[in-house]
Amino acid sequence: MIHTENLTKKFQTTLAVDRLTLDVQSGEVFGFLGPNGAGKTTTVRLLCSLIAPTEGRAVVNGFTVGHQDQQIRRSVGILTETPGLYDNLSAEYNLQIYANLYEVADPAGQVEKYLRMLGLWDRRQDEAGTFSKGMKQKLAIARALLHEPNILFLDEPTAGLDPESARLVRDFVSELRSEGRTIFLCTHNLDEADRLCDRIAVFKTRMLVMDTPDRLRAQVFGRRVVFHLLHATPELADQARQAPNVKTVQLVDNKLVLEIDNPDENNPQVIRHLVNAGAEIQYVGELRRSLEDVYLQLVRNAE
Amino acid sequence: MRKIKTIIKKEWMQVFKNKMVLFSTLFLPLFFTALPLVILGVMGGESAAEGLTGEMPVEFIKICPAGMNAAECSQVFIVTQFMLLFMMMPLIIPVSIAAYSIVGEKTTRSLEPLLATPITTFELLVGKNLAAATPAILATWLGFAVYALGAYIIVDSPQVLKALFNPMWLIAVIVVGPLMAILSVNFSLIVSSRVTDPRVAEQLSAIVILPLLLVFFAQISGIILINQQMVLLMGLILIGLDVLVLYLAVRLFQRENILTRWK
Repeated sequence: MIHTENLTKKFQTTLAVDRLTLDVQSGEVFGFLGPNGAGKTTTVRLLCSLIAPTEGRAVVNGFTVGHQDQQIRRSVGILTETPGLYDNLSAEYNLQIYANLYEVADPAGQVEKYLRMLGLWDRRQDEAGTFSKGMKQKLAIARALLHEPNILFLDEPTAGLDPESARLVRDFVSELRSEGRTIFLCTHNLDEADRLCDRIAVFKTRMLVMDTPDRLRAQVFGRRVVFHLLHATPELADQARQAPNVKTVQLVDNKLVLEIDNPDENNPQVIRHLVNAGAEIQYVGELRRSLEDVYLQLVRNAE
Repeated sequence: MRKIKTIIKKEWMQVFKNKMVLFSTLFLPLFFTALPLVILGVMGGESAAEGLTGEMPVEFIKICPAGMNAAECSQVFIVTQFMLLFMMMPLIIPVSIAAYSIVGEKTTRSLEPLLATPITTFELLVGKNLAAATPAILATWLGFAVYALGAYIIVDSPQVLKALFNPMWLIAVIVVGPLMAILSVNFSLIVSSRVTDPRVAEQLSAIVILPLLLVFFAQISGIILINQQMVLLMGLILIGLDVLVLYLAVRLFQRENILTRWK
């Protein structure tokens, strides 16, 4: 659905996007993470044909950026960083404008569908300027969906929202995914990316890494298995170090944290080894590092 | 066409929801309509008018039709001077609306989602142009109609009325005025798409009024006298300028710069 090859954008002397190459599959929620000023919004603008690349190539929905811009704009939906609504016009009229600009066949029907879906139907006659931040964001999402795009670009959809509104937006994104839409999600909210995204890319002017959240964890921190023991001792830790495929061992309270090569395959052997050494294992689990840890590590490495 | 209509309707709904903008759009036509009528009424008497002829440009007195007395000549003078105001009105009224139209959307951040739609730059600018120019043109025509009716009631002389309904002035108000409105709006749109502050846009857009002000003062002082050939020539030049400035407006509207220059 989205394919880029060495996509580059320079603003005079500033390199905003450096040789970005990625592929986003149909129906995928793709998280695009990066610090402020990393070039995320520039990338979204490039992919929505709002600005032209300096070098490289991007194909969105089968259309080439810079050559088939009208077709791209017609086929994608975008939620910009700020809602950009017409504050002195009603919510309904805000949507009607866009339904007409996207030449939607049944503008009134589509406007009603999305106002109802996002719980704004009862407030449709109110000026958008009277809405809370969360409601404005929902209205802007509705605006991006009026023409039923199969690719949706969401730039910081939950930024500045209270937890309840943020959750509503997240649930809505999940719903959109279940409809099979492709979602390109720029966010700072790593928990959100972890929960929603099939794959994530960490980006800072250039692509740092791109994979599923779980594989990124493994890639950055390795896979660590936690053994909760009745009595963890330094002797048991030494025994653990001698177990096959164990790379590192840490003793923390009554836990042994082991970095193991391919734990899916090798865990039974390690467990047997520890039991034979006299360990009384209460339970075993994988140490799940937060995506925030992964992200910070990657950005730090890039610096 | 649907997109252009949508832009026009959106602009009108936004602009005219603001009562002050509505007032400022209507004030000038009302003022420019009432003022000449009051002057015509007050100065229409023969004694006052005789005094006026002495202050009229010699060139102007020369072209007063033969057989016209001093009072009538004065009234023709007044009528002629104020006709220029009706040419200026469509130039002045839409400037502030047009000057705000792009930079205003920039500052409220509504331009990016708008530019993300499949609307072309031509459609966007034509929509914004017509949205700003049409009320000014209609207000001018309405003002002129009221002025003509008022003058018809106030003025007794058929020769003065003939001067008022001179085809040259009708062409000036009905054709040249709107062409000027389109020109001033296109110029303001160019300015609006190149600056980042609405105040700067308004100040710079006001420059477009200067050439017509020069014509106005040149006619009052008798340096030039607007005649039929001049009006037709102005019309032709304006058609060319309108097309040229619209072309320039589309060329100079650089989506990328507009979006990325945002602070």
